[in-house]
Amino acid sequence: MNKIKKILGFVWMALAPAIICFLVYEAFAKIGTAKPTEKANTILQWVIILIIFTPISIGFFLFGKYASSNEYAHLPESSEEL
Amino acid sequence: MITGKLIAMNAENKQSSIAFVIGASSVGTLIEWYDFYIFGMLATILSKQFFPAEAGTAALLSTLAIFAAGFIVRPFGALVFGRLGDLIGRKHTFLLTLVIMGGSTFAIGLVPGFKTIGWAAPILVLVLRLLQGLALGGEYGGAATYVAEHAPKGQRGFWTSWIQTTATLGLFLALGVIILIRSNQGVDKFSAEWGGWRYPFWISILLVGVSVLIRMRMSESPMFSKLKSEGKTSANPLKESFGNKANFKMVLLALFGAVMGQGVVWYTGQFYAQSFIETVCKIDFVQSRNMMLVAILMATPCFVLFGWLSDKVGRKWIMLLGMLLAICTYRPIYKEFIAITSAANRANVVDYRVTKAGPLMPLVDVKDKHKMYIRQVIDTVYLDGSVFKYTITDTLIGFNELGVNRPINLINPTLIKYKSPKPNVVIEKTMGRSATWDMIWLIFIQIVYVTMVYGPIAAFLVEMFPTKIRYTSMSLPYHIGNGVFGGLVPFLGTLIVEFTKTTAQPAGDVLAGLWYPIGVATVCLVIGAIYLTNKIDKNVMD
Repeated sequence: MNKIKKILGFVWMALAPAIICFLVYEAFAKIGTAKPTEKANTILQWVIILIIFTPISIGFFLFGKYASSNEYAHLPESSEEL
Repeated sequence: MITGKLIAMNAENKQSSIAFVIGASSVGTLIEWYDFYIFGMLATILSKQFFPAEAGTAALLSTLAIFAAGFIVRPFGALVFGRLGDLIGRKHTFLLTLVIMGGSTFAIGLVPGFKTIGWAAPILVLVLRLLQGLALGGEYGGAATYVAEHAPKGQRGFWTSWIQTTATLGLFLALGVIILIRSNQGVDKFSAEWGGWRYPFWISILLVGVSVLIRMRMSESPMFSKLKSEGKTSANPLKESFGNKANFKMVLLALFGAVMGQGVVWYTGQFYAQSFIETVCKIDFVQSRNMMLVAILMATPCFVLFGWLSDKVGRKWIMLLGMLLAICTYRPIYKEFIAITSAANRANVVDYRVTKAGPLMPLVDVKDKHKMYIRQVIDTVYLDGSVFKYTITDTLIGFNELGVNRPINLINPTLIKYKSPKPNVVIEKTMGRSATWDMIWLIFIQIVYVTMVYGPIAAFLVEMFPTKIRYTSMSLPYHIGNGVFGGLVPFLGTLIVEFTKTTAQPAGDVLAGLWYPIGVATVCLVIGAIYLTNKIDKNVMD
């Protein structure tokens, strides 16, 4: 099980930047094709989404990093371990 | 004998004390959810009343109100009030969030419309909405922590599940109040500047007042009081929650292995379902809400059932089973929604009547004198009692004898040549009894999934973190999972449907929007299954 946890950790690490790239690509595509009257609104929506998802993706990358270094092999059983 | 009686009395007192804790915490949290939802449910009316008529500006401001309140301010509220709750205590913090929420909700109902005070109206509403988001971010973690810290050993899942019913019951209350006022007043009176839509906001102050009085009688959480008396509370809960690697790892695991999937299942079952049956299946406004109300009422006891069950078999597998069932059945369920409400699948038309025929002379459009309209309303009545109402609007454009487009009212009617583009057809369906129940069962199933993922999650989160930083540590993943991942279900669902639109299929694949919750729930399921433990933390005193 620990091996699977470790291997999947690399998958999460790869997925995190992929999500950001996808969102940035989509943001540009949607802003580019928005009607002039809707442009400002579309920009605002996507800026908020990117602001929110960037730290979440960083968190996901860190989660993958911890998982790949087997730091989830043992979960704390009491608060003493935290 | 006497000792036995004393023990029994003591147990009874404990039971009534925990019942009071649950009641007082749940009522307050329920009211906070009610306050948060009425804004979303009345969004169309609010945008007309408070935002300028120019489409661009209105959209911009409403985007800020909806997106910022849900996605930025909620997690921010979790940090602000979570920190406060770990520093000064649970009771005073969630009393404060309740007052902020109630005050801002009541104030929204008092803000005059854009017509009266101009730009001050949208700015005030925006600020008040952000305050609502902030308060909501602080409320849930406090209530869940407070109840869990009072719950007897081995019953934490059961007792905290009462808090978990409040989000759904808040939705129920908001839907019920709005439908009641709207059906009593009629649509026009309800939507007027000082009309009935304001009542749900005003009612809030009464509810909050009662709840504040009840909550003031509550005592501080025993675990927090103990820590405080021993001088062991955290000096810097934010640093200890997110700066301490061991704890931060658990925050990440809680978010990606449980709450993220729970959030999308919650929003799909309760919001996406309603939006889908209204906008895609075209079910009538009141009937679609009534279907939701009945399904919610039927499924709500399951929160307590799964909370109780999680005390016996562990939290993890109940939550993950809920996600798995959602992943496997969402598409068949939504396909069935379409099949039940489809005209193509209905034979047996028993009546076909024109209920409102167009006038003999078409109506000239007030804004564009080149256009005229003919509007007809046709009801198709089916054997099962379903009535599909088609409102067909034909737009006619006037041309003079030289073929030049010119105002209709300046032309001799005998000289008008008409060019009729494709008519605009608006469909509104009222389902018969059997189809209504079919729809209710399908919504019910989705809400049962919600109860599976959401019922045990408060106990699960409480058990993950130590008392001194519990409020902060559990609030942030909860509000990112629900506010961001869950809150984005409608937006990203619509976006994915947009991708599938082609010239051959202009409406796109209406089921494609489900790939977002399915995808997020799948990743969460894998992470949860592999990394989470099913062990119940017996001692949350530490």
